[in-house]
Amino acid sequence: MTDAERVTLLEEGAVERILLRMAREIVERNDGTQNLILLGIQRRGVELSERIREAIEREEGPGISSGSLDITLYRDDLAQIGPRPVVGESSLPIEGVDGRSVVIVDDVLFTGRTARAAMNELMDWGRPSRILLCVLVDRGGREVPIQPDIVGRVVSVLPRQIVDVRVPELDGRLSVEIATPVREENE
Amino acid sequence: MSRTVSSLGKDLVGLEDLSAEQIQAILDTAEPFKEISERRIKKVPVLRGKTIVNLFMEPSTRTRISFEFAEKRLSADTVNIAASGSSVVKGETLVDTARNLEAMRIDMVVIRHGSSGAARFLAERIPSNVINAGDGSHEHPTQALLDFLTIRDHFGRIEGLKVCIVGDILHSRVARSNIFGLLKLGAEVAVCGPMTLLPKGIDALGVRVFQRIEDAIEWADVLNVLRLQLERMKGGFVPSLREYNRFFGVTTPRLQKVGRDLLILHPGPMNRGVEIDSDVADGPHSVILKQVTNGVAVRMAVLYLLAGGAPEQAEAAKREGVG
Repeated sequence: MTDAERVTLLEEGAVERILLRMAREIVERNDGTQNLILLGIQRRGVELSERIREAIEREEGPGISSGSLDITLYRDDLAQIGPRPVVGESSLPIEGVDGRSVVIVDDVLFTGRTARAAMNELMDWGRPSRILLCVLVDRGGREVPIQPDIVGRVVSVLPRQIVDVRVPELDGRLSVEIATPVREENE
Repeated sequence: MSRTVSSLGKDLVGLEDLSAEQIQAILDTAEPFKEISERRIKKVPVLRGKTIVNLFMEPSTRTRISFEFAEKRLSADTVNIAASGSSVVKGETLVDTARNLEAMRIDMVVIRHGSSGAARFLAERIPSNVINAGDGSHEHPTQALLDFLTIRDHFGRIEGLKVCIVGDILHSRVARSNIFGLLKLGAEVAVCGPMTLLPKGIDALGVRVFQRIEDAIEWADVLNVLRLQLERMKGGFVPSLREYNRFFGVTTPRLQKVGRDLLILHPGPMNRGVEIDSDVADGPHSVILKQVTNGVAVRMAVLYLLAGGAPEQAEAAKREGVG
């Protein structure tokens, strides 16, 4: 997977407009900002969640709770894989999640297994009154019955293609890109 | 596609076998595990379905309980076996004990044993992961790792720090693991204690030797004060506890001269008034209880890193990712 053709699907401006729309949709779905908690899934979901939080605060005023969720320890494939994935930090608002309206933010929704893991982890933290799933890109290909509530863009790609969300904090740019691995001769 | 940690292999026998990169990987992995013990529900499902045997052939409270908390917080099923009350007292050998446990389909063994080399001996003979929880005077790797984590928490690094281990270096597995690990991580290491309790030729390892505790305190950023095992008195290594305290005790008057940051560690259990004074143990330099807290996180990290599946399946998993 070294050689890949890479095309940019969404440029910075387009991603920002989509995030703004998603921010408004979250407030609409929640009937305001009361009880709202935004939780980004490590790693790029965290940066997207922070951008959505800023967008909401610009329009609704400051004080939106947010945090991050690392689902590594809740993965369903840990028994199968050899090298151990790096465990990131989960940090939830100090007031907890009980009775709150929690929005899980992730970059790409694919198999749905990450969202499943995130919900299990959240249940171990407490009992939210509601959980919404918010993703920038839904690329299809679900392996478990999970559906998003707020979607930035639906794209249809081949199973072997990779959808990459790039964020300035980690990648130096804000964009959505599609990488197509070059097929090897013997494949 | 997730980033992965460098592998530790099947077992953790000692820090002598690990690279600096592997030690760093354990410490980095321990960081997120600290937070799990602060949760209301202190449990994650990562080792669900794994069976771990804590085989403690030597008395231990802190280490055994620390391992047990770590195992339970990762959702493993655990069984504790102590030497007394087991078939060991009926003359069963270590390998037979382990093979019988294996026959009951276990996944990991945490072993504490009075003989140096017991952990490696076992690791080479059974397919389960083996973690050394202290073997004779050989190594006690998880204790040294929790010491490193505590030092790193305070100073933000280990490289370049001056660490002096004080006390019975000759018989101490904690000292050995600390020396191996600290040198690999780029710290300067010294030891201080009565000549009878310092191993011959220790300076060949690149370890400085202090014969006066005052000089060690003057030099060090970190003092790791070891417990003086009371049975050493019978061996004639130390004339009396009072004399040991007078010459090597870490006491308030000795610390008062230090104007800078000095961290004091102790692996416990403490002999207050022998190797360390009460007001030092409870004083501002001491991080002894932080070590205990960090011990659970470090052991969780080791269990997590060792419990991985077969490496040959890694490529497939990497391709699939979790999406």
